[in-house]
Amino acid sequence: MSDKIEAVKKLFTSKSSRVETNKGDTYYQDLFAKCEARLNEMRAQTPANRLDFSELLEENGIDRREFMKWASATTAMLMLPPMFTPLVADAAVMMNRAPVIWLELQDCAGNSEALLRADGPKIDEIVLDIISLEYHETLQAAAGFQAEKQLDEAMETFKGKYLLFVEGSIPMGMNGQYGTIGAAGETFHDHLMRCSENAAAIVAVGACATFGGIPAASPNPTGAVGVMNVVKNKPIINIPACPANPANMVGVILHYLLTGQIPELDSLLRPKFAFGYRIHDNCERRAHFDAGEYVEEWGDKGAQNNFCLYKMGCKGPMTFNNCSIVRYNEGINWPIGVGRGCIGCSEPDFWDKYAYERPMADAKIKAPTGGVEKTVDEFGLGMLTAVGIGIGIHAAASAVAGKREKSGESHE
Amino acid sequence: MSKHIVVDPITRIEGHLRIEAVIDENNTIVDAYSASTMFRGIETILQGRDPRDCGLLAMRICGVCTGTHYQRSIEAVEDAFKITIPKNARIVRNLIQGALYVHDHLVHFYHLHALDFVDVVSALSADPAKTAAEARKWAAVAGESPFIDGEGEFKAIQDRVAKFVKQGRLGIFGNGYWGNAHYKLTPEQNLIGVAHYLQALEIQRDLAKMQAIFGGKNPHPQSIVVGGVTCVQDIQNPARIAQFKSLLLAGRKFVKEAYLPDVYMAGTMYAGEATDSKATFTELMAGKGVGGTGGGLLNYMSYGDFRLDDTGFYKSGLLFPSGIVYGGDISKVADVDQAKIAEDVTHSWYKGDKPLHPYEGQTIPEYTGLDKREDGIAYLKTKEKYSWIKSPIYNDTRVEVGPLARMVVGVARKDKRITKYVTEFLQRGNLPIAVLFSTVGRTAARAIETSLMSDVMIEWVDELAANAAAGDLKTWTDFNFDEVSMSTKGMGLAEAPRGSLGHWVSIADGKVVNYQAVVPSTWNAAPRDYKGRMGAYEASLIGTKVANPEQPLEIIRTIHSFDPCIACAVHVVDTKGKELAVYKVDTSCSI
Ligand code: SF4
Ligand code: SF4
Repeated sequence: MSDKIEAVKKLFTSKSSRVETNKGDTYYQDLFAKCEARLNEMRAQTPANRLDFSELLEENGIDRREFMKWASATTAMLMLPPMFTPLVADAAVMMNRAPVIWLELQDCAGNSEALLRADGPKIDEIVLDIISLEYHETLQAAAGFQAEKQLDEAMETFKGKYLLFVEGSIPMGMNGQYGTIGAAGETFHDHLMRCSENAAAIVAVGACATFGGIPAASPNPTGAVGVMNVVKNKPIINIPACPANPANMVGVILHYLLTGQIPELDSLLRPKFAFGYRIHDNCERRAHFDAGEYVEEWGDKGAQNNFCLYKMGCKGPMTFNNCSIVRYNEGINWPIGVGRGCIGCSEPDFWDKYAYERPMADAKIKAPTGGVEKTVDEFGLGMLTAVGIGIGIHAAASAVAGKREKSGESHE
Repeated sequence: MSKHIVVDPITRIEGHLRIEAVIDENNTIVDAYSASTMFRGIETILQGRDPRDCGLLAMRICGVCTGTHYQRSIEAVEDAFKITIPKNARIVRNLIQGALYVHDHLVHFYHLHALDFVDVVSALSADPAKTAAEARKWAAVAGESPFIDGEGEFKAIQDRVAKFVKQGRLGIFGNGYWGNAHYKLTPEQNLIGVAHYLQALEIQRDLAKMQAIFGGKNPHPQSIVVGGVTCVQDIQNPARIAQFKSLLLAGRKFVKEAYLPDVYMAGTMYAGEATDSKATFTELMAGKGVGGTGGGLLNYMSYGDFRLDDTGFYKSGLLFPSGIVYGGDISKVADVDQAKIAEDVTHSWYKGDKPLHPYEGQTIPEYTGLDKREDGIAYLKTKEKYSWIKSPIYNDTRVEVGPLARMVVGVARKDKRITKYVTEFLQRGNLPIAVLFSTVGRTAARAIETSLMSDVMIEWVDELAANAAAGDLKTWTDFNFDEVSMSTKGMGLAEAPRGSLGHWVSIADGKVVNYQAVVPSTWNAAPRDYKGRMGAYEASLIGTKVANPEQPLEIIRTIHSFDPCIACAVHVVDTKGKELAVYKVDTSCSI
């Protein structure tokens, strides 16, 4: 038994992400030159709005040091070496060269709300000054035909250049009629196809737009799917989670500005800089996991001592996301911090696989077979099987210790 | 000849809403239809799941009042399991919920509603010195000093907006109804509005942090579980509680020094509309006639909310009392009996032939589509089904829910605290009580409530701190799941920022058998019912005069006053006449 525990521990503590954080000097020098060229090109372009970023910083009482601090944190988040910091700062200054059109489909507006809580550059600067947000139903002044016209004009003016952010899933059932928009009653599907046609790239934000999210949860009454299931032949970046972390939204825009390319993605089209490692790898309760100290029931001594939440259904070990590092609402807290555990919201089908109050032992999830890529994805596969083993071990260990086997299921 | 206006999308709301209105030759709205155009089926998705997991899923009904759905869902299960939660859990839930009220109302007023009152373009011609004086004047009405009153600060904001406008692309401010004759603020007042709009963007980020402290994140908090809450470490850490309190105090300062004065300002400038009802005050009070512009149904319901003691559900004292006031007559108030709630689907895209109580409720889609027209507009088939929202009925009447309903019911119940806040507001603003029964009144009630909430929460934070300091760290009540989940049902009935919210759950063999949520926007945004009676949005639009049909500013102003949140409610509109001239709203005001 102790051998097995050791094996599981090793697995859980191994370098999980396989995101190459150091690709060697040549690689970065190359990339640096590319980014410089790209930024020079951007500089020469007429921005969507002609605002002087440095002036705005000054007006907002943000000094250069503060700004550079932010730039270096962002550089690290994008998994770039420190030498990129000045480039990231330059790219931020040119955020207004990336027109953004934001669509809401089968959504709850959670991601728009999250965007409003974005940190880093203050949100009013993001909305009003930096990003050129051309269309956003939850925020824009215009309604009805004026709104539709606003959208058409933006798509025409920035043809081939705008980033199309999509929030919410696409209902495919009943010929798409579970969701319509505009006076003509265009279906969400047709609306998305029309708006994506001339987009430079599509950024799907939130669990719904990426993998179908809650509307797609069993039995998926409306036939909801994510953007990548309907839009083909376009670069798509998925930023899953429920809601997506605003830090990752800003990160993707910055990366695009900086490199002119979409970031390195995993097989689920998630940027590796954000989804390259598991919650569990950087969890603040990790030491307790390793020590076998668990919360056994809500509010017990373990809970009061911040023990590991694995037995209360934490899905951190099988969830790829960076919220254990960036957290939420300017780092104030996050689900594990608040003692509830991770529900795996950045993974496909998490509503049916992970989002429940019991550990994986009860889940009977089959490991996926075939077509699985290397690196992050390969590890994902490893985890699913390994966790099965791990749970067995812990369950056995608790049984030995005279505790109940399955948390939440039986109470004596 | 009447004209038919279609507004879709209604922006600056949560969800997908469409309004169709018919106006007569005097540009007065004579008919209106409200429809939601998106369906997700979350109630169906909840069937068959473990009741302990419902909260996480039900919360996603809405990304705005997300914590409220979360709590209602958990409470429905706790009610079914007959669990009473510990003191810490009650207070923490109140704080998470209260933080949402303050945050949500503020965002609603400034970012979703203010542009219906504030003409951004007009702010460009304001005199910054006069603006500062104006800001002092309205703050004085509220008995406060202004949040900002420096001429320089207003000048800087004006310059910033001017620069933005000059470079030609307005982004989210593009194509607004700027310059419309029904904008009533002076350039200086508009500049105050714009300044606070921008400041509120920043403040709201801090307010959201309050919810994250005990909820883990915002939106979609994660710390509430059946039986209590999980955030023990945040409760036992005095620094955490202090952090919450300091965020609250900062938010409260903005509420008192900016939000309230701005509502006095808008309320006074738009008071004509609030009191333009032909009915006399006595008639109004007797339930005869309609209120001012946007008054609507005048029947107000509140389930009540915020438990003030630790007795079980529906027995504890409440911050907002429950009750129903009919016809705006605050001399009487009836008790709410949840058995009298039913949902009708005559005009909704669902199967069904009679109103059903939520325990019996069904959600079986039956989409019959829009009418096809050749002019590029597809109209709602208003004689038939025309919305994804059902029509809730209480005791066979249509009612309005929301902050206004809470304040009206509170006053009718003679609740000391609510009456004090409402009367003080009206007295300070020198406004008659009749202004409440209108679009402007709905907006004012929300501000009054925010002010009350930001005061009362300070008491709650102190109560939590004292309780934890006394060594009480209990956050969860144990229960035997196998026993309590065999065959039972329960409900979570309380208030969301937008109004009365109920979740009803039936459970058998540890699984959800039926689940129905009747949400605030269902009450308000619902289509006609089986008797052809209007929902609150529809009724509130009738009689409104539209200055320029190409810019339906008055329509969105009234609709926004309800703070629509449609993802959870889902529906919209149709026309009645056959010979309607189609009036496509397509002139944009370019600046
Ligand atoms: S992913 Fe989550 S937060 Fe985003 S729209 Fe869907 S339910 Fe809302
Ligand atoms: S709380 Fe979750 S993510 Fe953290 S160590 Fe435990 S299992 Fe891993």
